[in-house]
Amino acid sequence: MSSVQIRDVRKSFGGFEVLHGVSIPIEDGAFVVLVGPSGCGKSTLLRMLAGLENITSGTISIGDRVVNNVQPKERDIAMVFQNYALYPHMTVADNMGFSLKLRGASADEIGKGVRRAAEILALTPLLDRYPRQLSGGQRQRVAMGRAIVRDPQVFLFDEPLSNLDAKLRVAMRTEIKELHQRLKTTTVYVTHDQIEAMTMADKIVVMHDGIVEQMGSPLELYDKPDNQFVAGFIGSPAMNFLSGKLIANGSLGFVGPNGIKLPLATAPANSDGRPAVYGIRPEHFTIADDGAEAEIVVVEPTGSETQVIAKLGGEQVIAVFRERHQFNPGDKVRLKPDPALVHLFDETTGKRLNA
Amino acid sequence: MADIALQPRTAKAQIREATAWDQLRTNRNWLGFWFMLPAMGFLIFFLAYPLGLGIWISFTDARIGRPGVFIGTENYEWLWGDSIFWLSVFNTLLYTSVASAIKFAVGLYLALLLNENMPFKAMLRAMVLIPFIVPTVLSALAFWWIFDSQFSIISWSLKHLGLITHNINFLGDTTWARICVIFANIWRGVPFVAITLLAGLQTVQPSLYEAATLDGASKWEMFRYITYPLLTPIIAVVMTFSVLFTFTDFQLIWAMTRGGPVNATHLMATLSYQRAIIAGQLGEGAAISSAMIPFLLAAIMVSWFGLQRRKWQQGENND
Repeated sequence: MSSVQIRDVRKSFGGFEVLHGVSIPIEDGAFVVLVGPSGCGKSTLLRMLAGLENITSGTISIGDRVVNNVQPKERDIAMVFQNYALYPHMTVADNMGFSLKLRGASADEIGKGVRRAAEILALTPLLDRYPRQLSGGQRQRVAMGRAIVRDPQVFLFDEPLSNLDAKLRVAMRTEIKELHQRLKTTTVYVTHDQIEAMTMADKIVVMHDGIVEQMGSPLELYDKPDNQFVAGFIGSPAMNFLSGKLIANGSLGFVGPNGIKLPLATAPANSDGRPAVYGIRPEHFTIADDGAEAEIVVVEPTGSETQVIAKLGGEQVIAVFRERHQFNPGDKVRLKPDPALVHLFDETTGKRLNA
Repeated sequence: MADIALQPRTAKAQIREATAWDQLRTNRNWLGFWFMLPAMGFLIFFLAYPLGLGIWISFTDARIGRPGVFIGTENYEWLWGDSIFWLSVFNTLLYTSVASAIKFAVGLYLALLLNENMPFKAMLRAMVLIPFIVPTVLSALAFWWIFDSQFSIISWSLKHLGLITHNINFLGDTTWARICVIFANIWRGVPFVAITLLAGLQTVQPSLYEAATLDGASKWEMFRYITYPLLTPIIAVVMTFSVLFTFTDFQLIWAMTRGGPVNATHLMATLSYQRAIIAGQLGEGAAISSAMIPFLLAAIMVSWFGLQRRKWQQGENND
């Protein structure tokens, strides 16, 4: 186990820069999730960490050793690939023991290491099977087993759950997190799924277009997104954004599209009349007499909660209610955002305005 | 309403019994047979019939212009005591084994090389195919010139370099002639092996190599433990075909040496042609050809067992 330091790392393919100076400190034993839309550079960063891609500039250290010019096999890391990359012509046991075999370990040592990993992952009955004979979830576990056998300093996961069906994904999510809690090995996990990020991470790093937008604990990111991108990316259904103007003189408030009035708890200083984006999460709406009038478009009950898509000042917004209201499309309701949970963003830069 | 709907329909047309003709026309199995017929006819006419005829002729004393009579295994008995026939068997085995082994080694090496990322990759890959697309006789004629006893460019170059004083008698010396025809066959055969193996190499997922890199495998270990085992099914196919083509080679030999000197490069195919067509002994020539069948069957059997799906390829695919 050891910490990982990523300092001002850049990556160019040809003349095209895909990572524009990324710095991420990763504490010893942490579970860090890199999340972002496809093309944001998260997988490239992971592959640079693994040594499968060169580092154009900046440094990556594992423990207190800079690994920029260290061969992948010398870095003492293990990686789980999206397609698992299991060797199809080797049994589960051979797949898991391959790295030990290459290291020149004795048959006894290999057997011991493989059995230990197989026990952790409940793979013991499958050791003599070939990858083709396994289900998707079992292959996933073998891929993890191959990583565990090596007892590395750092685990790297590259979208490991995206080839599984929804139900299995949830189960494996728990399994990976449990595994981390047991082994306490520093883990870097790449995904595009923010739910996966939220549920598994100690620390989430949101990446977008080759830069780090924000990093922090899942709830920090949810409660205080630094900018509009993070606000829109974290949370499901996504945060609603309404453009308009701040009113700070007289009664505090926000004038949204078509002149609708929305409440505010605080506003930054000297911001009267300032154009801004008003962000409110779907779960932070309530029905109140002093709310803004909205027309219901679609009602989507999921059992535990009800999602309502409504027109607020002509803009489509999503609201989620835990209570069971009798809504019908076309109904007029008064939606009130919780003023304490409103996020304000700069209209051009997207930076957070309120504290 | 319900009882109206349940009332039985009246006066329905009698169901007609299907005649034999109807069955031939519409039965799925017969229909399948009809669709298969053209291909079957083609195969029978152009493959099975000539093969059968060839074997039949080998049991007769047919000559050109004279239909033979059945003479049992007399042709084969005669061949058994014929030292030239045995020489041709030896030549064929030597030619096939040496040429196939080298074609495999060189083809695999080229395939691995072409599978690497390098500039002008597409062009280089296309260039490798050139020996394959040149008509055999044309390339044989070119080799004939290259190995000519007087005008050979090799002899000329070596003389100018001062390495030899006299021309090498490439196609006149028995050992040299064998080396030359084997070389020409390798030159022609390598592209087939190389391109097919290259196709096989490209089916290997790149992530396997990445995983192996992280597992600590060197280039050689990646080849030994990943590339080679994954390539074995393709190697079995390509080498079977290569062996069959080489074993039955005729054009190259006939254009370069006609089996000479002193029968040193006579293969079974060329000897059969010489005895049957040039000398007119159809029965004897057919017997030589038929004698190739056991060898070819053996080669096919070897590959058939080699081709059987290995254990790691079996089992259902859960993707």
